[in-house]
Amino acid sequence: MSTTLLFAILLVIAAVAYVLGRMRAGTLSQGRSSALHSRPNYYGAFVALVAFLPPLILVAIWLAVSPFVINSAVSDTFPEEVKGQSQAQQSLAFGMVKTIARGLPLLSEEEVRAVKQDPSSLQSVFAGKGFAVAAEAQSYMLDSAATLNAKSQTSRTVLAALALALSAAGAFFALRVVTPRFRARNQVERVMLWALLLASSIAILTTVGIVASMLTEALRFFSAVPAYEFFFGTVWDPRFAGAGASSSGQFGLIPLLAGTLYIGFVAMLVAVPVGLFAAIYMAEYASPRMRSLAKPLLEVLAGIPTIVYGFFALVTVGPFLRDLSAQMSGLLTGNYASFIQAQSVITAGIVMGIMLIPYVSSLSDDIITAVPRALRDGSLGLGATRSETIKRVILPAALPGIVGALLMTASRAIGETMIVVLAAGVAARMQINPFEPMTTVTVKIVNQLTGDLEFTSPQTLVAFALGITLFCITLALNIYALYIVRKYREQYE
Amino acid sequence: MTEIVSQASGQLTSTAPARRDIGIRRRYAAERRFRFYGLAAIAFGLVFLFLLLWSVVGKGYTAFWQTELTLPITFSQEIIDPNNKRETDPKVLQAANYPVLVRNALAERLGVASSDRAALRQVSGLFSDSARVELRDMVISDPSIIGKTLPVTVLASANIDSAFKGQFDMTVDEGSRRVSDQQVAWMDQLVKDGVLAKGFNTGLFVNGNSSRPEAAGLGVALVGSLYLMGIVLVLSLPIGVAASIYLEEFAPKNRLTDLIEVNINNLAAVPSIVYGLLGLAVFINFAGLPRSAPLVGGLVLTLMTLPTIIIATRAALRAVPPSIRAAALGLGASKMQTTFHHVLPLAMPGILTGTIIGLAHALGETAPLLLIGMVAFVANVPATPLDPSTALPVQIYMWANEAERAFVERTSGAIIVLLVFLIIMNLGAILLRRRFERRW
Repeated sequence: MSTTLLFAILLVIAAVAYVLGRMRAGTLSQGRSSALHSRPNYYGAFVALVAFLPPLILVAIWLAVSPFVINSAVSDTFPEEVKGQSQAQQSLAFGMVKTIARGLPLLSEEEVRAVKQDPSSLQSVFAGKGFAVAAEAQSYMLDSAATLNAKSQTSRTVLAALALALSAAGAFFALRVVTPRFRARNQVERVMLWALLLASSIAILTTVGIVASMLTEALRFFSAVPAYEFFFGTVWDPRFAGAGASSSGQFGLIPLLAGTLYIGFVAMLVAVPVGLFAAIYMAEYASPRMRSLAKPLLEVLAGIPTIVYGFFALVTVGPFLRDLSAQMSGLLTGNYASFIQAQSVITAGIVMGIMLIPYVSSLSDDIITAVPRALRDGSLGLGATRSETIKRVILPAALPGIVGALLMTASRAIGETMIVVLAAGVAARMQINPFEPMTTVTVKIVNQLTGDLEFTSPQTLVAFALGITLFCITLALNIYALYIVRKYREQYE
Repeated sequence: MTEIVSQASGQLTSTAPARRDIGIRRRYAAERRFRFYGLAAIAFGLVFLFLLLWSVVGKGYTAFWQTELTLPITFSQEIIDPNNKRETDPKVLQAANYPVLVRNALAERLGVASSDRAALRQVSGLFSDSARVELRDMVISDPSIIGKTLPVTVLASANIDSAFKGQFDMTVDEGSRRVSDQQVAWMDQLVKDGVLAKGFNTGLFVNGNSSRPEAAGLGVALVGSLYLMGIVLVLSLPIGVAASIYLEEFAPKNRLTDLIEVNINNLAAVPSIVYGLLGLAVFINFAGLPRSAPLVGGLVLTLMTLPTIIIATRAALRAVPPSIRAAALGLGASKMQTTFHHVLPLAMPGILTGTIIGLAHALGETAPLLLIGMVAFVANVPATPLDPSTALPVQIYMWANEAERAFVERTSGAIIVLLVFLIIMNLGAILLRRRFERRW
């Protein structure tokens, strides 16, 4: 019985249990609902929950555990010479067995017998059925595959029987428990509370998942490449595995980090003045009408997907800067050679800066408006102009908050991917000319993980080491920013 | 204000006619400058917004029209099946040289002699190679049309399409542009005959990916994005709402809830590419789900969207006044009943607004999908969320990397489609907020 069907049946049982529970509550109270502790629906819900939840948990645990049990049982049927082989070869053989097991039901009994006589014919027989097998089979594999199929079949049957029995027993028991004085609502609400708690713990699970998955993969990488060579290496040259087994390449983080910080710096150079001035104007000068028009329009910039910015940089800004630089050098020196490349630090930086403007402006806007009215009035009352009030009173008061906002923006700049993938280039170099291409951590994560991959080579695993570095940097920036913002808020509350 | 102050001081010292110079002119100039900087900053942002949209729309609006050739084509037996073996050998119809049919029909129309090989090669450059598949499907579905002459519409080649839309600079030397003078002359002649015309580009919305720009479409990407949005909505809305209800209404103030709070705030700021790494390591490597599948993409985007939805939902719940809760509790409702029967329905518009904005964000997200392998060449529309697929932003990324010039138009067209979806979603959110917003 397939898991989907089992679920469907369990759901049907739960629905029936709900109706029965309601009816039983109705008969017991003889129609006077005031005699019941809870509304009749709760009795129904209680019975349905008892009929549905325990089998659900059973199925979940079973499905998680049974593959391990079955796999080890099947591996035991392997002949001795296979068991003596290395771990990798054993898992390869096991993968083969699994594939055959999936194809086996397609064959008739005679075909199975014929294939057992001549295992080498298996590939062609399967191909005739439109089923591809990667390598040549050996005779023990067929037996193991048959065992695997039989065992999973038994496992599924036993599971279905157990789950259905548990469900029926639960429904029966719950129906017996229902009496007019039974506090069904309290029971149902307790289950709901647990469900709510479970949902909110997904946030923690995600964080744990991020850290655990990246740490394990990164540790596998560090077992192949020493950590100090990664963190302090100045050369990035991963050499894809096809180049030869001996060349493992060099994985230096420094050039990538330099590119990330450089592009982020250029972006902040664009975003911070523009965003800050826009926020000041919006908070202090703009009429309500202008504010209600300009603010949403600026925030449209934040709603545009980053891939669109990347494309804009690739086909519009990059070529424009290149042609502009060619014209400029032509006018100055007579030689029309462009000194800005189409993919360059400055292209990516400017476009990323534009993307970041709304982040800076809306965060700073909130912080500036949060500065108490009294400070403003006091300064204006003493005869300062508005700009003097802003420069001497409001900005110093808002400074911690603004610094926090800028840190958050910086963490966004560091983690940004699509713009730099399209506009910054892929050459990992350490240089200070903003008109040349440089590359970033995120670009290299994408580069290492697109295309065909195998999860054993350091060439792919390095992406996780890069990822955890990125995660740590942005996390540190954000926590520090939150800390500053919180500390600042306390001053006025 | 400063003037009044200085006047007042002038009256007090009535004997001093000369005003003290407090630099009012300089200070007002500084004030005006400061104000101007602010306006300039806003203008800078808006100009770039305008430039961005202008550049995309200007390059892309032509993608919604496609140049087509409609002409009678003779399905001649000599070319499709010269040895008359199609009854016995089905491969004959598969492998037949269909483009020659179109070429001959065009050559006849243009008066090109069948012996002029160079000219015939130029005629072949007029129409898209996708005609091969189109005619093949026609013949295989109905072999009886062999020997007949039927009017057929085939796509023009990408170069002719661009030339017809006026995207090529015709003043350039003939050798260095993609269409020859002869082809342009033919093109004009065909336009006059009514053979060559622009039609609405349904292929853009229906076709799968193709290496030929004129035949490449967003069909797979649209279906993939639809699956993604469906999965994200189904998972993140209930989980996000449940989590927010717990945190806002039930959670005791202790270390655990503090930890969850800090966590959610930090997750909202984690770079999206990190979620892609998480999906790759957990869903694909550990749980063994297939690569390139919308299911995995949906799970990853769900995790990414959850913090946004939770933050919006909590704000919406907080905006429901305590008097509602007090009234319900006072009438004997339990805390759970109060929340689900009274608070949640009142907070629903705010929750939905936040959800739509979160979904719009997820729709435009590219980086995590690249890592879980949704950047794949997929020509067939996926039937289930477990089949390989792409998504709209990933398709844009793939086309942006194509070298052929005609793909720039396609890419911009795809971006317009994406932006239209985003605008619709955001307008929906705004309308929802306007329509149901209540001030307590």
